[in-house]
Amino acid sequence: MIKATVEPIVAPDLNKLLGRPARVMVTKIGLDGHDRGSRLVAGFLRDAGMEVIYTAPWQAIETVLRQALEEDVDVIGISSLATDHLLVPQLMESLRDADMNDVAVVVGGIIPDNEISLLEEAGVAAVFHPGSSRDEIVGRIASLIFERREKVEGRL
Amino acid sequence: MSSNSDNRLREGAEARWRVSYKTQLPDDANRLNRSGIEIKPIYSPDDWDSERYMDDLGFPGEAPWTRGIYPTMHRGRAWSQRQLIGLATPKQYNERMRKIVAAGATALSVIPCNSVYRGYDIDQVDPLLLGTCGTTINTVDDMETCLDGVPIEGMSIALNDPSPFTLLAFLLATAKRRKVSWDQITGTSNQSDFISHFIANHMFYRLNLHGARRVFVDHVSFANEYVPRWNPVSVVGQHMQQAGATPAEAMAFTLSTAIQFADDCTARGMNPDEFLRRFTFFFDISISFFEEVAKMRAGRRIWARVVRERLGATSTEAQRFKFHGQTSGMDLTRQQPLNNIARVTTQAIAGIFGGLQSMHTDSYDEVLSTPTEAAAKIAVATQNILREEAHLSEVIDPLAGSYYVESLTNEMEENIVAVMDIISEAGGMFEAARMGIVQQMIGESAARFQDQIDSGEQTWVGVNRYQEEDEAPITSLKRPDRILIEEHLATLSRFKEERSNDAVAKSLDELTRAAEDEKINIFAKIVDAVEVGATNGEVCGRLRRDLGFGKPLVAA
Repeated sequence: MIKATVEPIVAPDLNKLLGRPARVMVTKIGLDGHDRGSRLVAGFLRDAGMEVIYTAPWQAIETVLRQALEEDVDVIGISSLATDHLLVPQLMESLRDADMNDVAVVVGGIIPDNEISLLEEAGVAAVFHPGSSRDEIVGRIASLIFERREKVEGRL
Repeated sequence: MSSNSDNRLREGAEARWRVSYKTQLPDDANRLNRSGIEIKPIYSPDDWDSERYMDDLGFPGEAPWTRGIYPTMHRGRAWSQRQLIGLATPKQYNERMRKIVAAGATALSVIPCNSVYRGYDIDQVDPLLLGTCGTTINTVDDMETCLDGVPIEGMSIALNDPSPFTLLAFLLATAKRRKVSWDQITGTSNQSDFISHFIANHMFYRLNLHGARRVFVDHVSFANEYVPRWNPVSVVGQHMQQAGATPAEAMAFTLSTAIQFADDCTARGMNPDEFLRRFTFFFDISISFFEEVAKMRAGRRIWARVVRERLGATSTEAQRFKFHGQTSGMDLTRQQPLNNIARVTTQAIAGIFGGLQSMHTDSYDEVLSTPTEAAAKIAVATQNILREEAHLSEVIDPLAGSYYVESLTNEMEENIVAVMDIISEAGGMFEAARMGIVQQMIGESAARFQDQIDSGEQTWVGVNRYQEEDEAPITSLKRPDRILIEEHLATLSRFKEERSNDAVAKSLDELTRAAEDEKINIFAKIVDAVEVGATNGEVCGRLRRDLGFGKPLVAA
């Protein structure tokens, strides 16, 4: 029998390594409100020891920016099931304008293959799809956080 | 009927089988299905005795309703094929609609754009998001364009139309313009279940819980009186199962919601024997094949009992558990996407054997993007093949009498009723949702299922087993033509210039008056408002101001 419980895959001392807790915002922009994916991913990240700032759907880009700044997040995760990922390039531009482009942005959800490059070219650090595993999502986000801290704080 | 000697023979044979089985599979453990019911390797008369035939099954079209809601079921009339179509502008939608009607369709669906769902007009949102998942209907003119050349008399029209039901208002106004009497209008308010939107599909959740409830009851009352062939109520279990509820939980939440709606209508003075005839249901069909069949059979039995014993209706028509099924997108995979055709086929067979009245089969590329036309055609063909090549509509309730299926149906029933009791103790579905009890149960079930996938306990072909390297992406979704969207924006601004803005302002003030006075039927005022040119965005905006904006509970 395969074991039913899943071991935490990020070392429990992730935050010790970082000096202060890893912080990730999980949010939805645009019109859609499906939240199964965002809730699950928020849970994965919390289980891995990260602090998660979870928002209601339909956030305006300015609100995302303001909250990301106030909450001092390392990564912004955008969940999109129905087309809202098309607004992500605008978010990336606003981040650059606000001099916040050290904050990594990841997108997860239903993203048509031919629109992935649109996100990548806009500077999105990772795109996750249905079937992306917990390990893959948590691992990728953890390494983005390490990279950012290294850049911003010049240590680690 | 089994005699004692038959029983002894069986017991002996069973003991022999048990020894052989244990010898050959010493480590075998029973699996739990998605609803948490233990699945054994074999079922026998110990699990279900055919002496219970009349108690548990009977015949279709009468109590206990397990075998189906009509005496002839799919043999008399096969399930309707209700495929969702999402096309950019009303004009393009109409072109497709005419083709479908010319091909003999008697049922249509109208799926609006996400902006419409959120209660906005196309000039209120980022144009990038327009017309990508459905059509942009903002005004009575748009509805007229959608249905141009389509005879609406007697055509069954399913509207994906959350509270405050602006699409139905547009349809009724269109009928008036065409001088078609409202008693000729038939179809369903497919998305009238605001509780399911509050819990699990926030995109459709426009007005707050109390406001949505008020408009819902007014709209049922209006339909019963003026649009007698319209089904104003569709109770939606699909959203909840998609969000992670187990099949048993989804059925229980749906039935509890239906009880809540019926209680609300009765409290308004409506007659259960009349309004319950117009209740319909909408379920997700997962790939957990036997569990889904048992879910639907058990649901049919429980609902009829609730109608008789709790809601006080006695007519045959009120007890019929009419439902639409949609194959579950949650089971589909981005990896090796053509495998999804096999998944959808399996789900569809479960739906057919479960005795549904209409069905939508998902396109295999639904997990990659909004469905492409080529993939949507395969989804339709799947239904045709199952019906006319495999003859699955030939025998009514063909799995009945299987020891496994009957035992599982009984166990699912117990499981469903146990969850309904939790909701009932919380004060009914409205309260249970408001307090977040249902959301928490769904969240826990979703996480449990994800753990099973992550641990490999539940196989998902191409995802956690049988993976392949180098899978080439196959979809290339085309977004709507920007020029068509621009044209449509121009049409809307022309519409706003040509209408009487005074009349619109007055009609919106009437909405405010109705919002303040519960004795006025607010849906009647919505119909009046759209007739003089009020838009979807204006009606939703005004009611959000007066009744409250719908904010879902936010918890992760």
